[in-house]
Amino acid sequence: MKEEIIIAGFGGQGVLSMGKILAYAGLMENLEVTWMPSYGPEQRGGTANVTVIISDKSISSPVLDTYDTAVILNQQSLDKFEAKVKPGGTIIYDPAGIHRPPTRTDITVVPVDAMTAAIEMNNTKTYNMILLGALLKHRKIVSTDAVIRGLKKTLPERHHHLIPLNEKAIEIGMSIS
Amino acid sequence: MAEEIKLMKGNEAIAHAAIRYGCDGYFGYPITPQSEVLETLEELMPWETTGMVVLQAESEVAAINMVYGGAATGKAVMTSSSSPGVSLKQEGISYIAAAELPALIINVMRGGPGLGTIQPSQADYFQATKGGGHGDYHLIVLAPATVQEMADFVGLGFDLSFKYRTPAMILADGIVGQMMEKVVLPEPRPRRTKEEIEIQCPWAATGRHGRKERNVVTSLELEPDKMEVNNIRLQETYKHISDNEVRFKEYYTEDAEYIIVAFGSVARICLKAIEDARSNGLKIGLIRPITLWPFPYKEINRLSKTAKGILTVELNAGQMIEDVKLAVECKIPVYHFGRMGGIVPNPGEVLTAFNKFFPEATNNANL
Repeated sequence: MKEEIIIAGFGGQGVLSMGKILAYAGLMENLEVTWMPSYGPEQRGGTANVTVIISDKSISSPVLDTYDTAVILNQQSLDKFEAKVKPGGTIIYDPAGIHRPPTRTDITVVPVDAMTAAIEMNNTKTYNMILLGALLKHRKIVSTDAVIRGLKKTLPERHHHLIPLNEKAIEIGMSIS
Repeated sequence: MAEEIKLMKGNEAIAHAAIRYGCDGYFGYPITPQSEVLETLEELMPWETTGMVVLQAESEVAAINMVYGGAATGKAVMTSSSSPGVSLKQEGISYIAAAELPALIINVMRGGPGLGTIQPSQADYFQATKGGGHGDYHLIVLAPATVQEMADFVGLGFDLSFKYRTPAMILADGIVGQMMEKVVLPEPRPRRTKEEIEIQCPWAATGRHGRKERNVVTSLELEPDKMEVNNIRLQETYKHISDNEVRFKEYYTEDAEYIIVAFGSVARICLKAIEDARSNGLKIGLIRPITLWPFPYKEINRLSKTAKGILTVELNAGQMIEDVKLAVECKIPVYHFGRMGGIVPNPGEVLTAFNKFFPEATNNANL
């Protein structure tokens, strides 16, 4: 098992933290993981992306040419990464703000109205967790249980009351995608 | 007790490993992409537990001179920075080397020259391995490729540094500093006591203790005869290090017809390229120097006796290639592929470069 994932969008959308949560879930399932962020000025508002690799074998390069899965949160990232998804791979994207949707037919394309769903939840901070739910539905990389265990391990105690909200967001992401 | 596996950035691993090593003091100044070293130390507040000093100095120059002072008293002290900041430290590093003091210096390289960019680079290879500051001196230079090695090389760097009374450098890049992966941290050990330091470091400025002569730590020696003796002693130390401390790792070299030489995170990118190439019948091997100084000349020379050609892959315009060429004594072709200014090649680009330099290898493999 090896899943090579790119998550890309604007800085502030929760790109890096979504990747981090995924990486921790991999750790919970005793898998090998690498989390390689773009760490530039993107974090302050430009495009940001993170490469996450989860594998049952040791991982060589943290830098990749192509990806099994791309989670795309803006048009710039779609333009950049659509061609880099392996044939048979998956693009998960939020159509909000996308005016040129993916055109490839050799991959699975999953539109997820995550922003709409997050607004309906009255908490736009759940946005990335809704997308994570969609990702986990379409790519069986790690279990939801592992994600929750990862959250419990990494979140400070004072934020643990938010875990049920995150769990709910994952469920919504699974149901709307 | 089972060791706990943690997930963290390379920079964070350095901070944790320093505390667990029993490091006495860290002196630094923030700069991307290594600021997490100082940040993590400040979060962990080791001054409350082990008594380790963590100090954000007013500048990189101040930080390295605090390291100089701390090292002179036999303490295990360190600093970290990134390329432009490490340039500022060079005078202090030269003094520390000349005064034969142990110290650990970390450079998480970013693209230069000048203030450059914050993205990954390996363009400080010459600076780290060929001197950097003035005078005839060397640092022991360790090049980590994983977060685990970031943690492990803190202890290794300090141990070698104390063993040879020579400053050691961890020469990392922005990738291995910023990426997160699994790491098992070293077992915590206490900081050395005053008494242990006095026994283990009889040269240290720890007080007179009834000695007739004071211990004086200095890099100044105005008498040329004596200064030459100092230089000869340093060179003997470097010879000793070269003979005993070369470290490297080989991958797929047993049947390799071509060799890639790469260090740090770039070696991992090359390893993926090689694994892809091997599935197409291309027999490429990889040697990853772990000590960039002392450099594995003999080992690369050995590989060159059976290989048809060598490619070095570096995040620079071609620096380590000079050492690789020295190692192979012009017996086989040696080429360089590099990206600069913070650009990191992906595995596919490495293979494209390989095919460009060695088209015959690809033609044979396709037969």
